[in-house]
Amino acid sequence: MDLGFEVDQRGSYTVLAVRGEVDVYTAPRLRERLIELVSQGSHQVVVDLEGVDFLDSTGLGVLVGGLKRLRSHDGDMILVCTQPRILKVFEITGLTKVFSIHDTVESATAG
Amino acid sequence: MAAAGEAVRPLGWDEADVELEIPARAEYVSLARLVVSSLASSRRDLADDRIDDLKLAVSEACTNAIEAYEPAGEERVVLHWRDEQDRLEVDVQDHGPGFDPSTLPERPSVADPMRPNYERGLGVPLMRALVDEVEFASSDDGTSVIMILFCPPVTPDGE
Repeated sequence: MDLGFEVDQRGSYTVLAVRGEVDVYTAPRLRERLIELVSQGSHQVVVDLEGVDFLDSTGLGVLVGGLKRLRSHDGDMILVCTQPRILKVFEITGLTKVFSIHDTVESATAG
Repeated sequence: MAAAGEAVRPLGWDEADVELEIPARAEYVSLARLVVSSLASSRRDLADDRIDDLKLAVSEACTNAIEAYEPAGEERVVLHWRDEQDRLEVDVQDHGPGFDPSTLPERPSVADPMRPNYERGLGVPLMRALVDEVEFASSDDGTSVIMILFCPPVTPDGE
């Protein structure tokens, strides 16, 4: 099982598009990518989850950790997600109130 | 005691049940998900989103079971699958040190600005929300998490 990443710069936003399944096995790779982006100076990060087929609590934990890290640099993390089965995981855990979730990368980077 | 080579099955399990034993390693959780969603898909009365719910709940239980073994060694996690007319039951067992779900640390509510400081502890609430019933049984022998999805009766064809 593989987790794919694509990084794109859009104005002041760094867009990290994630593809595949985020679980206990692959989540550490997502964590590493986020830490890498922050250490390279990207503090406004959009994580595009449209290519994610599965996301569990370990994946949520990594995103929460990334958000915390970015906020400590006065940055922010914005998510892009329209898939009901992924959104449901954020809703159940109440994280829809913690993250700003957009329908498209365009709207996420418009701010 | 079961004879050597004979699997120990919980009381009431029968021949039609499916048992999957995986190494207690993170890379095998996707296999457990694949098997569970494939088994669940064979039921025509189960909507896709319910299958996704069960798949995620089982994945969370497997993750907890694997994390119960610290450090990971040669341990195994065993999944029992029971398919009945009105329900699906999945039991995920490990032989880790066990835990008491009622003593899990309290997390701040999601409205609390401190919530993002907590990256862990989301798995059990997810399991509870995703399936109709979840039961944790922990002892010195390990932990068993039983997850049940009720399947409302469907009118048989031609009636």
